[in-house]
Amino acid sequence: MYVAVKGGEKAIDNAHAWLAEDRRGDPSIDVLSVAQIREQLSFAVNRVMAEGSLYDPQLAALAIKQARGDLIEAIFLLRAYRTTLPRFGTSHPIETEKMSCIRRISATFKDAPGGQVLGPTFDYTHRLLDFKLAADGDIEEAELASKPLDEAVPHITNFLNAEGLIQQEPNTDTEPGDLTREPLELPANRALRLQSLARGDEGFVLGMAYSTQRGYARNHAFVGELRIGDVTVEMDIPELGFSIEIGEVEVTECETVNQFQGSKTEPPQFTRGYGLVLGQSERKSISMALVDRALRWKELGEDNLGAPAQDEEFVLYHCDNIQATGFLEHIKLPHYVDFQSELELIRKLRREAQSHLQTQEAAE
Amino acid sequence: MSEYNFAYLDEQTKRMIRRSILKGLAIPGYQVPFASREMPMPYGWGTGGVQVSAATLTPDDTLKVIDQGADDTTNAISIRKFFQKTAGVNVTEKTAEASLIQTRHRIPEVTLREDQILVYQVPIPEPLRFLEPSEVETRKMHALEEYGLMHVKLYEDISKHGAIATSYAYPVRVEGRYVMDPSPIPKFDNPKMEMAAVQLFGAGREQRIYALPPYTEVISLDFEDYPFEASKADHACDLCGAENSYLDEVIIDDQGGRIFVCSDTDFCTSRQDQTKEEAA
Amino acid sequence: MTQPLLDVRGIAKFYGARIGCADVSFDLWPGEVMGIVGESGSGKSTLLNCIAGHLEPDAGEVFFDTRVDGMKDTLLMSEPERRILSRTDWAFVHQNARDGLRMIVSAGGNVGERLMAVGARHYGDIRARAIDWLGRVEISESRIDDRPTAFSGGMQQRLQIARNLVTGPRLVFMDEPTGGLDVSVQARLLDLLRSLVREMGLSAIIVTHDLAVVRLLADRLMVMKDGRVVEAGLTDQVLDDPQHAYTQLLVSSVLQV
Repeated sequence: MYVAVKGGEKAIDNAHAWLAEDRRGDPSIDVLSVAQIREQLSFAVNRVMAEGSLYDPQLAALAIKQARGDLIEAIFLLRAYRTTLPRFGTSHPIETEKMSCIRRISATFKDAPGGQVLGPTFDYTHRLLDFKLAADGDIEEAELASKPLDEAVPHITNFLNAEGLIQQEPNTDTEPGDLTREPLELPANRALRLQSLARGDEGFVLGMAYSTQRGYARNHAFVGELRIGDVTVEMDIPELGFSIEIGEVEVTECETVNQFQGSKTEPPQFTRGYGLVLGQSERKSISMALVDRALRWKELGEDNLGAPAQDEEFVLYHCDNIQATGFLEHIKLPHYVDFQSELELIRKLRREAQSHLQTQEAAE
Repeated sequence: MSEYNFAYLDEQTKRMIRRSILKGLAIPGYQVPFASREMPMPYGWGTGGVQVSAATLTPDDTLKVIDQGADDTTNAISIRKFFQKTAGVNVTEKTAEASLIQTRHRIPEVTLREDQILVYQVPIPEPLRFLEPSEVETRKMHALEEYGLMHVKLYEDISKHGAIATSYAYPVRVEGRYVMDPSPIPKFDNPKMEMAAVQLFGAGREQRIYALPPYTEVISLDFEDYPFEASKADHACDLCGAENSYLDEVIIDDQGGRIFVCSDTDFCTSRQDQTKEEAA
Repeated sequence: MTQPLLDVRGIAKFYGARIGCADVSFDLWPGEVMGIVGESGSGKSTLLNCIAGHLEPDAGEVFFDTRVDGMKDTLLMSEPERRILSRTDWAFVHQNARDGLRMIVSAGGNVGERLMAVGARHYGDIRARAIDWLGRVEISESRIDDRPTAFSGGMQQRLQIARNLVTGPRLVFMDEPTGGLDVSVQARLLDLLRSLVREMGLSAIIVTHDLAVVRLLADRLMVMKDGRVVEAGLTDQVLDDPQHAYTQLLVSSVLQV
């Protein structure tokens, strides 16, 4: 006698226990501390904070540990936590020109006020596996600069701005929408697009940006400026009646300067793309700037070339890795019912096709 | 779990969702955009249904959760546990005892009552999506009632296969106005949608809620000469003998032996219990 | 017939400082075919798109004799109203058949779509009418389940015409219906159009740069240059005795070929 499978509840509990054991790995190896992840896997932490839309290195490190290094799973943990947090208010816009930069480079000007600062970058490391690291080697302390950096580090695009060579970005006081509080409706404005890209999947945004470079809505980008560093976050406190600094966050900002031929309404000038990402993430911020620029075709009176990176709906609806991974992986959930209905349909259609064939043969 | 609000979502969010539900009930079949929250479960696994349930549940409710008609499939268990933990509500496997039923892919076999709510988990709420990928365009098509394309799809099915080749998520027209996706229920369940209970549909990832008030007219699209057919496997249940219930096919040996059993586990076990009682 | 089917008044469309078309007024009576000729850039396609509701003109009115309300300015109609009109009483034949067909839907589905859009719900009837119309445009019944991607350019254009005419529209807009086809294919299509126009008593507005097309199909003719109508009248009159210098040039350049 057939007995239907039961005991899903027990199976789930067992699965979780097994998962925890696997997470720990070989118990004879020291357990990894959250602080170690936070300090030594900082790029992973940065990515989780950026795409989790929550600046908290400690929690991001915990999420990475809990997710066994699966960064999308870690981002998911952080996002789910983030939704439950109360909203106290909105900070003032951060002032990136007051950033204390640890890195600042421009591909457009050899030198500019504030100077070029190479900073801690992989760029010129030879990608040779460093076997000393495998041997737990301690590193020597890096040499400190003889004098501190200039405090004023003006944006490089401002120099072009002063000459009127680059498209103006007018200031507005309109409060940007919040993707996590209102449904995304299209067409979205630029603020919402940037928000979506800032928390979008690094790989997706990178792929989109790369496609523009290879000719799918090419926009000839130069990195006008890329800067990484801490900025202070300031917020009005209604009870106090004035604003206070509530902390510092590290961000990466990229402004691209893009070629532009001019249009019916605009004289020839440079245009801009913008990327801003929580933490250190050059790849993501440059990618974001390129995709932002590609999405601005309408506003700049350019042609829609039908390129994926120009398609706002395509980019915004598919860049979120938590949405994507959930929907992708849901196909492993039971689909007995829909599959059964397909089974019946295909059998019926085959029966009909078969009998049709037989009638034909009989007739011949 | 005192650190979370009743049924996990904060009251602000629930109010927002309830407004969308009410709007959905006022315009049956219309997809209301709502600010779907990020839930502690993956998109595509019922986040829309869970949010609708969370906004609808009261402490006095009795909850039933089914997936593929069954109470003991893993995802149904997981969602039921979630509400036990965050809302502390009573749960049941008995359809008749439940005041709120969250479902994925099935409508229970037992006729639902006016004092019950059925919440569907919806993956893709847009019935026109696979004919027209752009959301901007499909919203326009709904607004202007441009549904010719829907029948073109059915026409193409018949010309190619001799029959309408849609077996689940079979599109319906609501009160002669909106064309609606009934979620991936088998078409066998479509006629049940004209029911006494309130039906709410939640699509979390796609940020849409839609609804059917009790006794709403729900017509499955078809042609006069190729009428809609609520089909099922041509068998009786091998466990309870029911001839009018939707069946799962189960492979029982290496020789391709198979039996057919009710997909609605509560329906099937109640019938088996009843037979045993009668025999005793 | 006490009033025209279509009454166009003072249509103007500007692209920045450039004139798309300006000051165009005319009327069209039931059963009449109006030809609009001019070289590319003369504003004839802009005008057609303004009248058909694909472009929003900057000035003017387009009155159409609607079945329910009589003469009504279609430019003031709501979007749903205009869309209903464009899938019932109006039809639009594009120069490029790809713009007017669903390329991934079978020929039968393409012809049937307009019927289904206005409520046809009997598969057998829809199919019978599709077969009838495929026959009328000289496409074999055996091709009914093929997709237009498998058709030649001339066949695609004939299919587009069938798709448009199947619901018996009262007004057909045609934008260079023979453009881009081989000369021999053009001739066959023109022949077909002429017999359809006669049989059905179609009212139509045909935009073309090809005087042979208007000579064959149009009762009346408007000649456009730089966005304005420079000459209008009965087709034979205009072609045989052109008054405006530009028309004379057009006619003579054809004769020289």
